Amino acid sequence: MANSVNDSIEEKAIDPKTIPDDLFAPVKKDGAPLEELTRPSVSYWKDAWHRILKNKLAVAGLVIIVVMLVMALIGPSLTPYDDREGILSNQNQAPSADHWFGTDELGRDVFTRVWHGARVSLLIGFAAAFIEFIIGVSYGGLSGYKGGRTDNVMMRIVEVLYGLPYLLVVILLMVVMDPGVWTIIVALSLTGWVGMARLVRGQVLQLKTNEYVLASKVLGGSTPRIVRQHLLPNTMGPIIVSMTLTVPGAIFAEAFLSFLGLGVQQPTASWGSMANDALGVVNTGYWWRLVFPATMISLTMFAFNVFGDGLRDALDPKMRR
Amino acid sequence: MAVYVVKRFLAMIITLLVIVTLTFFLMHAAPGNPFDFDESGGISEQAMQNLMAHYNLDQPTYMQYFQYLKNIATFDFGPSMVSRSRTVDSMLTNGFPASMILGLSTLIFSLISGIILGVIAALRHNKAIDYVTMIVAVLGISVPNFILAMLFIKFIGTQFDFFPIARWGTWRHVLLPALALSSGPMAIIARLTRSNMLEVLNQDYIRTARAKGLSPIKIVIKHALRNALLPVITILGTLTAAVLTGSFVIERIFAIPGIGRYFVESISNRDYPMIMATTVMYSAILVVMMFVVDLVYGVVDPRIKLHKKEE
Repeated sequence: MANSVNDSIEEKAIDPKTIPDDLFAPVKKDGAPLEELTRPSVSYWKDAWHRILKNKLAVAGLVIIVVMLVMALIGPSLTPYDDREGILSNQNQAPSADHWFGTDELGRDVFTRVWHGARVSLLIGFAAAFIEFIIGVSYGGLSGYKGGRTDNVMMRIVEVLYGLPYLLVVILLMVVMDPGVWTIIVALSLTGWVGMARLVRGQVLQLKTNEYVLASKVLGGSTPRIVRQHLLPNTMGPIIVSMTLTVPGAIFAEAFLSFLGLGVQQPTASWGSMANDALGVVNTGYWWRLVFPATMISLTMFAFNVFGDGLRDALDPKMRR
Repeated sequence: MAVYVVKRFLAMIITLLVIVTLTFFLMHAAPGNPFDFDESGGISEQAMQNLMAHYNLDQPTYMQYFQYLKNIATFDFGPSMVSRSRTVDSMLTNGFPASMILGLSTLIFSLISGIILGVIAALRHNKAIDYVTMIVAVLGISVPNFILAMLFIKFIGTQFDFFPIARWGTWRHVLLPALALSSGPMAIIARLTRSNMLEVLNQDYIRTARAKGLSPIKIVIKHALRNALLPVITILGTLTAAVLTGSFVIERIFAIPGIGRYFVESISNRDYPMIMATTVMYSAILVVMMFVVDLVYGVVDPRIKLHKKEE
C-alpha cells in the first residue's frame, strides 16, 4: 500500500517541497479511542485460570496443596516437641490436647513428625518434577527440533529406557547410593525424564512446521531463540500438566521406598517410613500412627492428581465451551 | 507384519540385555558383599577368600559378567549366596505360583471392575453416579496400595474372620491382597474406559446403530465397547509393571511366600544372584508383556499398519 501511494505521487511528479504545510494537521487527541475492544483481552493463561476456578475439584486440590505447603513450613514449630527425639515415658499415647496426633513407640509427637515428613515428600515431589522438566525439555526439544538422524538415535535410547520398569531401577539405584532424600530425587529423575522428553519431542515435531517458526528463521532467529521464544511457550501447557502429575508419582515413590526401608532413613521422618513403622502395630489399636501419615500421603496425592487433571482440562483448547 | 514382529522382538532382546547389564554393574558397584551379613560371626581371611573364589567373586567384574550371561542363557541363575544350600532357581520356582496367582487375579479383577465402572460412568455422563465413580477412581490412584492394604487389615481383616490377613493357601487368602493391589490399575482402567466411551458414544456410527433400532445393550457391547477398549490394551503393559512392583510391598504386608519378598530381602542381603534373577525375571515378564500388547494391538486395530515405522 505504502509503496503504491509513493509511486503515484512520483508519477505525477509533485515535488514534496511544494506541498503546503497547512495540508498537514495533527490528529486531534480528543480522547476518543481509535478502536474499541468489546471485551477485555484475555490471554491464554488468564483464560485457563478462569476455567480452572470453575472446576470445584481442582480448586479443592489447589487449596489442599497450599495448606500442605504452609503446614510443612510452620507445622513443626506449632508444637514444642522435637521430630527426632521423643520422650520415652510418652510412648504410644492416643491423640490428646498435648499430642494432637498422638505419639509413636519412641514417644515422638506424630503431629510434628507428620509435618517434617511433609517437607521431605514435597521437596522430593517438586525437585523431581523440576529436574525432570530441565532434562526432559532439553532432550526432547533438541531431539524434536533437530529431527533426522539425531532424533532417531536419541529416540532409540529413550525407547530402551522407557521399557525399563522404573521402580525396579530406582530400587537398584537406591542400593548403590546411600539412602537419603537426595538419592531418591536423583534416582527418580534419572528414570523420570523419559516421559517428559517424549512429550516435548512430540509437541516440538508438530509445532516446528508452523509458519511463525519459518518466519522467525527467515528473519534470522537463532535456534535457541526459536526454541525459547516460539516452541517452548506453545508446549508449556502439556509440560506443566505433566509436571503436576509427576509430583504425586514422586511422592508415592518416596513413600514406597521408605516403606521398603530403602528410602529416607531413621530418625528423619517421612510419611512412608512412618507408615512402615506402623505396620507392626497395625493390629494393636495404635491407629493414629497409621492413619495420620496415610491420610497425608493420600490427601497430597489426591490434591495433585485432581489439580493436574483440572489443569489439563483447563489448558486444552478443545475443552472450551 | 513378519518384519515388524522380528524388529520388535530384537528390540525386546536389546532392552532385556540393557537391563541385565545395568543391573549387573549397578549391583557390583554397590558397597558390601553377600558375606558381610553372615550371622555366624566373623569369617576368617582364608574362608572369605575361599568363598569369593567359590562364587567367582575374585575374578574381574567383566569376566563375571560374561560368565553370568552364559549362565542365564541356559536359565541357570546360580546358587543363592545367602541361603547357601538352595539355588535361586528353586527359590524362584517355589515363590512363583503365589506371585502369579496374586498378579493374575489382580489384573483380571481390575480389568473387569475398571471396565464396568468406566462404562457405567460414561453412560450416566454428568450424573451423580458418574461423579461418584470418578471420585472413587481418583482415590484409587491417590491412595498408595500399601496404605490401602494396611487399612484393609485394620478395618476389614481384624473385624471379619472371613478375610485372613496373612499367609497363603486358600482362595480367601487372595481376596484382600488382590483387592488392595488392584485399586490403582482399576482406577486407571475406569478413567480410560470412561473417556474413551464418551468419545465413541458421540460417533456417527453409534447414531446409525441407534437409528437402526438396535437395543442399547447391543449398541454398548457390540459397537461402543469394542472401540473404546482399544486404548485399554495399550496400557496393560504399564499396569503389569505397577502390579509387579506393587506386589513387593503387598507380599510383605500379607506375608505371602512369593517372589516379591525375595526381591526385597535379596537387596538388603546383597545376594547378587538373587537380585539379578528377580530383576531379570520381572523385567522379562514386563518386556514380554509389552511385546504381546503391541502385537495384539496391531491385530485388534485394523487401522494400525504394523509394517509402517512407528511415530
